[in-house]
Amino acid sequence: MRVPFNLALGAALVALVLAVALVSLVWTPHPHAALDVANKFAPPSAVHWLGTDQLGRDLVSQLMVAARNSMAVAVLAVGIGCALGTGLGLLAAARGGWTEEAIMRLSDLGFAFPALLFAIMLAAVFGPSLPNVVIAIAFINIPTFARVSRAAANQVWRRDYVWAARAAGMGRFAISRDHILPNIAAPVIVQMTIEFAVAILVEAALSYLGLGAQPPNPSWGRMLSEAQTLMYLAPQLAIWPGLCIVTAVLGFSLLGDGLRDITDPRLTRVRAA
Amino acid sequence: MTLLQVDSVSRRYRLPRRALMRPAPVLTAVDGVSFTLARGETLGVVGESGSGKSTLARLVMGFERPDAGRVLFDGQDNNDLPPAALRAARRRFQMVFQDPFGSLDPRRRVGWSVAEPLRALKGTEDPAPRVAEALEQVGLRAAHAGRYPHEFSGGQRQRIAIARAIITRPALLVADEAVSALDVSVQAQILNLLMDLQEELGLAILFISHDLAVVASTCDRLLVMQGGRVLEAGETGAVLDAPGHDYTRTLLAAARL
Repeated sequence: MRVPFNLALGAALVALVLAVALVSLVWTPHPHAALDVANKFAPPSAVHWLGTDQLGRDLVSQLMVAARNSMAVAVLAVGIGCALGTGLGLLAAARGGWTEEAIMRLSDLGFAFPALLFAIMLAAVFGPSLPNVVIAIAFINIPTFARVSRAAANQVWRRDYVWAARAAGMGRFAISRDHILPNIAAPVIVQMTIEFAVAILVEAALSYLGLGAQPPNPSWGRMLSEAQTLMYLAPQLAIWPGLCIVTAVLGFSLLGDGLRDITDPRLTRVRAA
Repeated sequence: MTLLQVDSVSRRYRLPRRALMRPAPVLTAVDGVSFTLARGETLGVVGESGSGKSTLARLVMGFERPDAGRVLFDGQDNNDLPPAALRAARRRFQMVFQDPFGSLDPRRRVGWSVAEPLRALKGTEDPAPRVAEALEQVGLRAAHAGRYPHEFSGGQRQRIAIARAIITRPALLVADEAVSALDVSVQAQILNLLMDLQEELGLAILFISHDLAVVASTCDRLLVMQGGRVLEAGETGAVLDAPGHDYTRTLLAAARL
């Protein structure tokens, strides 16, 4: 089978960002928080590959650690949101009736809340920190996954093999675990990939607003906001973290699109025709 | 000896509203249907689509509650049982579905699907020998348990579905259009298999089909349904020789027996 272009490019970009994040765990060219004020605004060189910032910190090292932070936030937040949301979606589809109504109307309520505003509120109440960013992003992901998984699960519940499982005497919980979950995995995984991109963007936005990673812990968003005042003096300080955000978000978006293209049977048929 | 007694059951469905202020229209899918089925007997239910025969199957299987009347299995009304007891009782009545491509989970190996009714009973014995036995009873090999459904043809899949249905050694098998999705030559094989199993296991079969030819060749007695009602019932030979209703004659003509 031919691999679609968006899938290949997305996978490559995601692999690049993940590789950088993983490498930063064991190695960065310099300690990311090491100050060298005498050497501030250094141009790219063999020692500082992308130069240094206004405090003489190595830009590459900061970007690498920021990639790690960004990935950790995205994976944790989307992971938690997906687990809870998919659980609720499965429950809604399995129980039906007022349980389903209650869960879906609550998730409508969640959708009505602007995600960023909610995160700002949370940071205002509990203080700015990366764990709070994770909680905020996880929370805004719950309704998305509840809706996606419930819609997919309702389709699977109508299949004959589910009726056969009921005829066999299987309970609703066992059917959800054995038949529904494996058969809705594809759309849920696609949604996860897309939500990774959103989470990276939200984390960058919150950090830009000063509600995410706190100094000296670097974040692409905070690097952007710090570079803002120095735009005319040292534009490269804004360009590099900006490019990193674009790479990560574009990578996950394309990967999600590509995965949907190859897993959604409706689109497959259109392509084959 | 009566195994299944269906006692003037009705099932109504509320249709979507057509107008805001008028009550939603109601479809009576099954309307006061009664019949009995003895152990080891085969009863055919024929009728066009929309005649209520599949709803009847779902009522017998305890998937739905009748709005009126009772379904007694071995003298016990399934709808009186608490959910857990009903699930446990399901080992005695099993079902074969119409579409062999939809009735097996594509992500599960055949052996897993066939063993599902055993797992539902939460027994401690190893299901593998029972799965092998069931697969051989339906003319497949024990080694097929390790394969996935997409590796099989429609007829083979229907055999797998039958293996799943007989693994708990039920007393009643509900076959809802079990051969309708198959080629004619495969249809005959599956029908022969069902009749062999019936003899071997003493199964009672409720055979539901729109095709009078299929039902006539296998069933002891016939039930002709239209619009949710029973038009006529009786011994297969008697119904075919002297149909008491125009609709039955139409079905006969369509089947070209």
